[in-house]
Amino acid sequence: MKTHRLTFAFQLFVTLLAAAFLMVPAGASILAGFTANYFRGVSSGLTLDWVKQVLALYSDTIWLSIGIALGTLAATLVLAVPAAWALVRRPSRLARIVEEVVTLPVAVPGLALALALILAYGAIREFRMSPAFILTGHVLYTLPFMLRAVMAVLAAVDIRSLEEGAASLGASPLQRFFHVVLPNAKGGILAGALMVVTLSIGEFNLTWMLHTPLTKTLPVGLADSYASMRLEIASAYTLVFFVMIVPLLLALQLFGRTTGSAR
Amino acid sequence: MHSADRLARLFLLPLFLFVAAFFLLPMVRLVGVAGSGPNGMAEYVAILTNPRHFATLVATLALSAAVTAATLAIGTVVALFLARNRFWGRPLLVSCLTLPLAFPGVVVGFMVILLAGRQGLLSSLSMGLGMGRWVFAYSMAGLFAGYVYFSLPRVLVTLMAAVEKLDPALEEAARSLGAGRFEVLRDVTLPGIAPALMASGAIAFATAMGAFGTAFTLATRIDVLAMTIYTEFTLNANFATAAALSIALGLITWAVLALSRNLAGGGVAAAG
Amino acid sequence: MTAPTGAAISIAGCGKTYPDGTRALSPVDLEVKAGETLVLLGPSGCGKTTLLRLIAGLETPDAGGRIAFDGADVTALPIEKRNVGMVFQSYALFPNMSVIDNVAYGLRVRGVATAARRAQAASVLTMMRIEALAERRIDQLSGGQRQRVALARALAVRPRVLLLDEPLTALDAALREHLRSEIDALLRRLAITAVYVTHDQAEALALGDRIVVMKNGAIAQVGTPREVYFRPADDYVAGFVGITNRLEGIVRNGRFETAAGILPVAAPDRAKAHLLFRPEAVRLVSPAEATLVFQVAQVEFQGPRQRVTLNAGDGARIIAEAPADLDLAAGAAIGLALDANRYTLA
Repeated sequence: MKTHRLTFAFQLFVTLLAAAFLMVPAGASILAGFTANYFRGVSSGLTLDWVKQVLALYSDTIWLSIGIALGTLAATLVLAVPAAWALVRRPSRLARIVEEVVTLPVAVPGLALALALILAYGAIREFRMSPAFILTGHVLYTLPFMLRAVMAVLAAVDIRSLEEGAASLGASPLQRFFHVVLPNAKGGILAGALMVVTLSIGEFNLTWMLHTPLTKTLPVGLADSYASMRLEIASAYTLVFFVMIVPLLLALQLFGRTTGSAR
Repeated sequence: MHSADRLARLFLLPLFLFVAAFFLLPMVRLVGVAGSGPNGMAEYVAILTNPRHFATLVATLALSAAVTAATLAIGTVVALFLARNRFWGRPLLVSCLTLPLAFPGVVVGFMVILLAGRQGLLSSLSMGLGMGRWVFAYSMAGLFAGYVYFSLPRVLVTLMAAVEKLDPALEEAARSLGAGRFEVLRDVTLPGIAPALMASGAIAFATAMGAFGTAFTLATRIDVLAMTIYTEFTLNANFATAAALSIALGLITWAVLALSRNLAGGGVAAAG
Repeated sequence: MTAPTGAAISIAGCGKTYPDGTRALSPVDLEVKAGETLVLLGPSGCGKTTLLRLIAGLETPDAGGRIAFDGADVTALPIEKRNVGMVFQSYALFPNMSVIDNVAYGLRVRGVATAARRAQAASVLTMMRIEALAERRIDQLSGGQRQRVALARALAVRPRVLLLDEPLTALDAALREHLRSEIDALLRRLAITAVYVTHDQAEALALGDRIVVMKNGAIAQVGTPREVYFRPADDYVAGFVGITNRLEGIVRNGRFETAAGILPVAAPDRAKAHLLFRPEAVRLVSPAEATLVFQVAQVEFQGPRQRVTLNAGDGARIIAEAPADLDLAAGAAIGLALDANRYTLA
């Protein structure tokens, strides 16, 4: 289709403006993280000092975030993958209600969710003080993403006929789950896993309310640094966060493209 | 009973227990706490009767509506452009526009500070041009920019997929019947992507209603619902009010998402 | 509804090369007479759809190409200014509008008042015998109903030219045949100029006043269905339109000489030639009366007729159709008669 020249120019302008709006601050933050004095500009020299300071100050938040992300991933795999199969194989009223309830935590603002968790379990000191408290929140928040991703793939490959085929050959339900369901759900599980890890590493709304001075995750540390540290340190810290999250996002993009075209 | 059915129930049990223990039970507790304050059940209507809370609610709704409208407008223009044109550098442009998809609210807040804060790019740019110092990061305008930043990548992904799924023959058919550029857009293209507009608009709205990280980073002075809940809970230790307000917030976002899902008929989930 | 007056279409030197360098269509010249149904026939990728889109105004021809409707140059006009009707393979019905709103849409963008355009659209629906569907949503229609609505929508604007892009391909075989005869009757009644793209030879033979067989972005043959069928221009056309027999030989002194015998032809001498003809174009006769003699290899009884496989002396095999009552036995010799207007010598 031929696009009118003026329309084309307008659309191009808006697109470039939007891209600049999204990318320029990110670029500025990366630059600031390497700049000796951001206020004076790049002419003040480039340095790795800020990154080193960040690693010295905040490395525990980085490790905690990685740990919680992996723990969240493990928990969502165990909870959501078998359940996704159970929900897809026999679509019923009950299955729909379960799906709806599991998806609710995404619709409820993180703040409300965190508040509810604190009011219900905050009194149990050992739980409240441990990273498991944050982990619980993250699992609750990311579960629907894993569930949806796996259910979508299972529905797309028509898992019921595949299973009936395996059953006709004498496979038991458990064998069918491991030999037929899991291999065919691989794409959805991978996509869900990427999403879960990405969301967990970046989660702030819940985590800010759930954390304690001893259980600070990376985004919590980021908020700290934004409020109390000089711009260069905040930028360097953000830079570290980008290094962790951008490969995940790129993988998600790439993956979304390949599975998107297959569907 | 069929053995596979037994296995399925076994598989659903852990999920059910987890969600019951850590979502349903806490939610019930939240509702209980909200009604147990000095005002009793009246706390629920405080969001409407307390002038300060009501003003905050109106401001939050207005902000969310503005964010949704702006994001959808920009998103539609960009999605139509990217889906219809093939040119060198397009994949890079798409990557740039969708990469911030999962930047958390705090980081987005920092992006706004770098853009429009005291040491921000717009500040030095406007100073350089002798137009005074532009600093709007720490206000409603900064929050608006932050939420658009947050939602734009998500909206774009949804809209681009919708535009690409649209049968090009539909627009050709309209043109063959004599429709001009504007009529094609109004009668065919926009109605064709209406479900995607609904779905992504609802998510943008719900996100702007409930998001907390961006507001927290920019300033505690901005009166939006999420900040009020946070202040009531942590600073004033006013648990009942915080609980009631967050239930109200939850109901609004849930209702918006449910409504759009009924209208658009697709899978809609909020984030952040 | 009064019959729309169709325009004559004149295509001169129209080729199409896409920006990535792919040449979809070599420059072609073609005249479509007013009121005629012209079928563009060929396999996918042969350029037939590109040619249709050029006529429609959805694509612009490469420099030098020119398209005229009734003598007026329309090359620079986009489709919305050409007053054509188009039926798409996917039908492209607007899902956000009811059946009648779809049909009335072309009148709406022309500024016809609501009541008038609904009345006009309703009369087209009546003509198509789908008036009962007027208020239906598009997703409530069957494939055949969608096809009729798409046709009604294209006709409602009284186009000068009706363009149909594989309009029956999405339907099942029985429905396709039924709708084919319906479209045929409609086109004849309206006497509208129609260009019809298809890859289905049966559709082309049934519907076309003339057929354009296309190959690799160029025209292989233009002719009436009978010409294309019985006298294909070359192997390609012959092979694309039905079963074809082929006999190798030479032409000498006005006779085509092959392993099975000779056939008098009106052609200059040639050292290498082949004869193309259809199974049903032959008559099987006694060997004594024929100049071409074969041996019966196999007889397949099909009820109303029988299909006979014949061996020529050089190992070539041909297929012939014979009346059911003709007594044939494998191994017997049989003569073959072929009328002059029923074969191609190439």
